[in-house]
Amino acid sequence: MSETTTAAVPWNPKRSTPGALARLLDNKAFLVFLCLLPAVGLLMVFLTYPLGLGIWLAFTDTHIGRGGVFVGFENFESLWYDQVFWGAVFYTLFYTTVATVLKFGLGLWLALLLNENVPFKSLIRAIILMPWIVPTVLSAIAFWWMFDAQFSIISYVLVDVLGWRDTYIDFLGTPWHARWSLVFANVWRGIPFVAISLLAGLQTISPSLYEAALLDGASSWQRFTKITAPLLMPILSVVLTFSVLFTFTDFQLVYAITRGGPINSTHLMATLAFQRGIPGGQLGEGAAIAVSMIPFLVLATLFSYFALSRRKWQQGGNDE
Amino acid sequence: MDRITRRGTLALGAGAMAATTIGAGGARAAIPVGNATPPRQPIENGATLRVLRPTKFVDADETIFRENTAKFTAQTGVQVRVDFAGWEDLRPQTAVAANTGAGPDVVVGWADDPHIYADKLLDMTEMAAYLGQKYGGWLALPQRFGKKWGTEQWISLPMGGTGAPCVYRISWAKEAGYDSIPTDHEGFLKLCQAMKKNGHPAGFALGNAVGDGNAYCNWLLWSHGGMVVDEAGKVAINSPQTIQALRYAKELYQTFIPGTLSWGDVNNNRAYAAGEIGVTQNGVSMYFSLKNDPRTAAVAEDTGMMRMPTGPAGKMAENVLLLNAMVFKHTRYPNAAKEYLRFMMEQEQYDPWLTGCGGYWSHPLAAYAQSAVWTSDPKLAVYRDTNTVEFWSGYKGPIGVASGSVAADYVVVQMFAAASSGQSTPEEAVREAERRTRRYYR
Repeated sequence: MSETTTAAVPWNPKRSTPGALARLLDNKAFLVFLCLLPAVGLLMVFLTYPLGLGIWLAFTDTHIGRGGVFVGFENFESLWYDQVFWGAVFYTLFYTTVATVLKFGLGLWLALLLNENVPFKSLIRAIILMPWIVPTVLSAIAFWWMFDAQFSIISYVLVDVLGWRDTYIDFLGTPWHARWSLVFANVWRGIPFVAISLLAGLQTISPSLYEAALLDGASSWQRFTKITAPLLMPILSVVLTFSVLFTFTDFQLVYAITRGGPINSTHLMATLAFQRGIPGGQLGEGAAIAVSMIPFLVLATLFSYFALSRRKWQQGGNDE
Repeated sequence: MDRITRRGTLALGAGAMAATTIGAGGARAAIPVGNATPPRQPIENGATLRVLRPTKFVDADETIFRENTAKFTAQTGVQVRVDFAGWEDLRPQTAVAANTGAGPDVVVGWADDPHIYADKLLDMTEMAAYLGQKYGGWLALPQRFGKKWGTEQWISLPMGGTGAPCVYRISWAKEAGYDSIPTDHEGFLKLCQAMKKNGHPAGFALGNAVGDGNAYCNWLLWSHGGMVVDEAGKVAINSPQTIQALRYAKELYQTFIPGTLSWGDVNNNRAYAAGEIGVTQNGVSMYFSLKNDPRTAAVAEDTGMMRMPTGPAGKMAENVLLLNAMVFKHTRYPNAAKEYLRFMMEQEQYDPWLTGCGGYWSHPLAAYAQSAVWTSDPKLAVYRDTNTVEFWSGYKGPIGVASGSVAADYVVVQMFAAASSGQSTPEEAVREAERRTRRYYR
């Protein structure tokens, strides 16, 4: 059948010399550069440029509507003597620390509860996520009503229904009440993120470890400190970093509920930077406040990565 | 955001209001006009315009503004697109238009905006002279904000202003022994004390409230003879008059409902509508929302509106938020843009707008005092003279970047809030305000 085709057909394709473009594309270094270009371009345009511009503006006296000239550290010098700025730094640190500690305590607790065998597990998990899914401004407006000086439902229940108090609580009118009210709102909003992330971490821990511990007669506290906590540490450090960053740079809750009042006692650095920069028109000073946030953010990130993700600690060992 | 909320509360009765007030517009009173010929400015061929202005607060503001614009298009063939920006967004958008030289040709902005971009605007002197001659002259505040500081050159056309007189419950004031609002500070304090004793406290915003906070605190400062800077722009806030104003504010604060330190622009409206407070300061919008909602019509019936106690020499000392229209040099059709503004200010268009809004944007030209809106409801009369006020944001200094920044940073409001609440002594509060003001006026 095939005899007729045995004659070898000479196959002599002409090797075409590759064009300049093809040769260029064969060059590995060039190809790497080309493939990275879109990503690098996006990063440059949307991250590096705005950040660089922000830092540059911080050293100028730019106003909205007119350019500025380089003034060196003048903006920072003026902020150094500005009580409002230091108040904002204090409250930002207070807000971040207290809210993060509460979010982690309660979030971890919630994650542990959800990790048990409860009925309607998935439904409950979905409901838990609600505060985080609702747009921040909407929940902020809800809290704004709850904290209203005249129409607060909390005051109404305490005064008119239960009769435990005689006067309405002035949630947002006195500095410390306002500060704690905002921390409360932030914690309420932030717990789901922490809880769901930690829950995911909990579920990666092998049940056999707990079984072995049970056989060895470990108490539930020992199981938590010797198995759960160390194995959760890697994800905990990542979640902590994110949570600290989100809380530190929070804007919407504060701006929607108090606008930094009463008398600037609840300004975060982010809200103060906005108020000075955009409505106040002092772009340079606003940028300087925003730039002042960078060292804190870098420190927080470094702390999370280096302190919490040390291997020894993760494996239950002691620090050297 | 507060603005939107307040508008939300207005929406209930806005439809009804539009119906009644536009009805009143039908029976327009004659506006006395002088003899004047409009400046000759032939509209360019194929001209189109983009206009930017703040969003409506009463429905009629937008509908009538759009109707008037459509009339202009019908008469001249110039296509005009009007964009409405949120009150807080207007300033940044104006800045972008000024800096990039693109975007809207005409911006109906806030009072001091044209002064920030003065060198980027078309000259309006001729137009202002024509309108002034025809309509009985410009009132004091529009003169202040229309002309470049210290010159007779007009850079913008003020279109209307909203003031903040005293709004109070007539029956509660009577119960306290007063038939009207006292014209002096001492009497006003006594009135508030007496009303508080009867369980009807006062409520003035001391929070970071663009409209109401500035209204109350600027009144306190000006009516006591205080000023932020002097004529030359030298910081002059640390004066015995300011200290006196702060002491007075502290006493008045004792008659307030709790929580005013956290009040934004909307809180006094809510508290007043709910009958929680008996005295506050507000624009005409609150009265309308009360009047048009059947549930609060009784409150509106019992509402009186009068001048706050006046300043030295009996001068009214209330804060006014002014609409100030400007045309950018970057427009390709300068004549069309100017003609558009002239058209909007002519009585055939302006009077229905003024009337439809129920006097919300009070007129800048004297002749419109004869408009039917001011007699349609006698209670509105106090808003008629809004623009005759001789005080301005940044009084007594030049209008510009610094005065705008001091207002936006709530320096004056926070000074009064700190002293009222007892967080600082009046002396400490004024020194802090002085330091912050210096920073802007360096």
